[in-house]
Amino acid sequence: MSALEITASLSYIVASCLFIVGLKMLSSPASARRGNLVSALGMLIAVVATLVAQGMDYHWILVGATLGALAGAFAALRVPMTSMPEFVALFNGFGGIASLLVGWAEYHRSLSLGAEIPFAAALPIYLAILIGGVTFTGSMIAYAKLAERIDGKPTLFSGQQIVNAAILLGVAVCLVAFLAAPAGPYAYWCVGFAIGLSFILGVLATIPIGGADMPVVISLLNSYSGLAACAAGFVINNTVLIVSGALVGASGIILTNIMCKAMNRSLPHVLFSGFGAAAAKTGAVYEGEVNPITPEDAYYMLEAAQSVVFVPGYGMAVAQAQHVVRELGELLEKNGADVKYAIHPVAGRMPGHMNVLLAEANVPYEQLVEMDDINPRLDTVDVAVVIGANDVVNPAAREQEDSPIYGMPIINVDHARTVFVLKRSMRAGFAGVDNPLFFKENTRMLFGDAKQSISALIAEFKTA
Amino acid sequence: MGEFILLLFTFVLAIFLGFELISKVPATLHTPLMSGSNAISGITIVGALVAAGATDSPWLSVVLGTAAVAFATINVVGGYLVTDRMLAMFKSRQGGRP
Repeated sequence: MSALEITASLSYIVASCLFIVGLKMLSSPASARRGNLVSALGMLIAVVATLVAQGMDYHWILVGATLGALAGAFAALRVPMTSMPEFVALFNGFGGIASLLVGWAEYHRSLSLGAEIPFAAALPIYLAILIGGVTFTGSMIAYAKLAERIDGKPTLFSGQQIVNAAILLGVAVCLVAFLAAPAGPYAYWCVGFAIGLSFILGVLATIPIGGADMPVVISLLNSYSGLAACAAGFVINNTVLIVSGALVGASGIILTNIMCKAMNRSLPHVLFSGFGAAAAKTGAVYEGEVNPITPEDAYYMLEAAQSVVFVPGYGMAVAQAQHVVRELGELLEKNGADVKYAIHPVAGRMPGHMNVLLAEANVPYEQLVEMDDINPRLDTVDVAVVIGANDVVNPAAREQEDSPIYGMPIINVDHARTVFVLKRSMRAGFAGVDNPLFFKENTRMLFGDAKQSISALIAEFKTA
Repeated sequence: MGEFILLLFTFVLAIFLGFELISKVPATLHTPLMSGSNAISGITIVGALVAAGATDSPWLSVVLGTAAVAFATINVVGGYLVTDRMLAMFKSRQGGRP
């Protein structure tokens, strides 16, 4: 090892430590922003160490890096917070394709140099290409669904499982053939097939998954993008790639797990069942009277309330109502009420999406409460205000054994003294399940666009 | 092979470390966690730099490497910037509120 190489290796250790410290600082909102900077510093050190250590031709690096930095910065500074799910999906995909390209480029280089390609290099090359490819096209489909460029409904066709099985078989055959002779005459064909098959697999794996299950898919793809980076690390024998890729992989797996638990469903069920395509047929249909109210009535009840809990869902993001919600929350606080925002783990289209939207609207993070913390306290709450959420507050999950969402943990808003449900019209949620909450005695329906309804309430407070 | 085993060892330990670290991240920060870890997965840039810049790279590897540099840089720059943007919004009651 030359002195430069040793310095580079030591820098990689420093970079890995900075990533770890950065993630550790994410454990509290107070230190999180500095943690992100620490992590970015780690990245800078890793990049500089690589550039300095190896005799390099910077020409093309400069071209690629400039283009990437401009595109990345432009996108990051412009994306609205409501679009974060599709943004993250897109970026997962870029991470995946980068790992695929690294695997391919390294393979091509080894071949052209006439170097031996041992098993320990061939396997990671294949895996980097495979995982990277699946991550790339899977993420592009997830992006298109989330950005509503294509229909968000699950796409199922007959024989889908057979096609999937055939592709997996093809992947396995190519793997064996490739490992048998990574520098042999057919090896490049195997790599080519692996790229093509991984692309098809990514598409086929994502199209059967419905819009409401996207939090799971993005988390899973997040994990894949990390594992692809890991595989690339094995290809170039680089520990910093392996450590950081593994951290990201673990992160994605944990989030996937949290999302699945919050929907009371197993990962295979999310991935393969096409949930939402057929579910609308099952489940009881509720009959009964709903109690509609006017903003004026709602105002009188809120004005008298000692404690109010807002329960936001994806509908709040769609209506762009987060700012008026915060304004109403402040008015209620001035009026002497205790105000909290209860957030279900799968509210929105990605983990933590609602929290970001409310933070953007200047809600202090102390007021954001998790489901498990609010549920025991809900029977002391005067008014629970449900804004654009449906399935995550559906008591059928608790009471109705034949409901498709039975067993899913929900925010028990029906335990509050009064529930306001802000809703455009009477229509089933994303799971296609009717909601008995709307027919409960303590429920009041405030029909109309969420933003307008809240604005009307604010107007009532201001004129009073 | 010995080096491969060592790398594998590193990988397994890092996965466990990841589980420990990430399980401490509160739900309220899960979106910044995802975009931030996205930026970290842009570490592939190290591999991309080698492919694009190594003097012994054939032209196809340089092309692939350059594309990889571009994609990974999007991830790194975009990921860290958007995470910073988001985390700046999380304010405490005592802190940045008027």
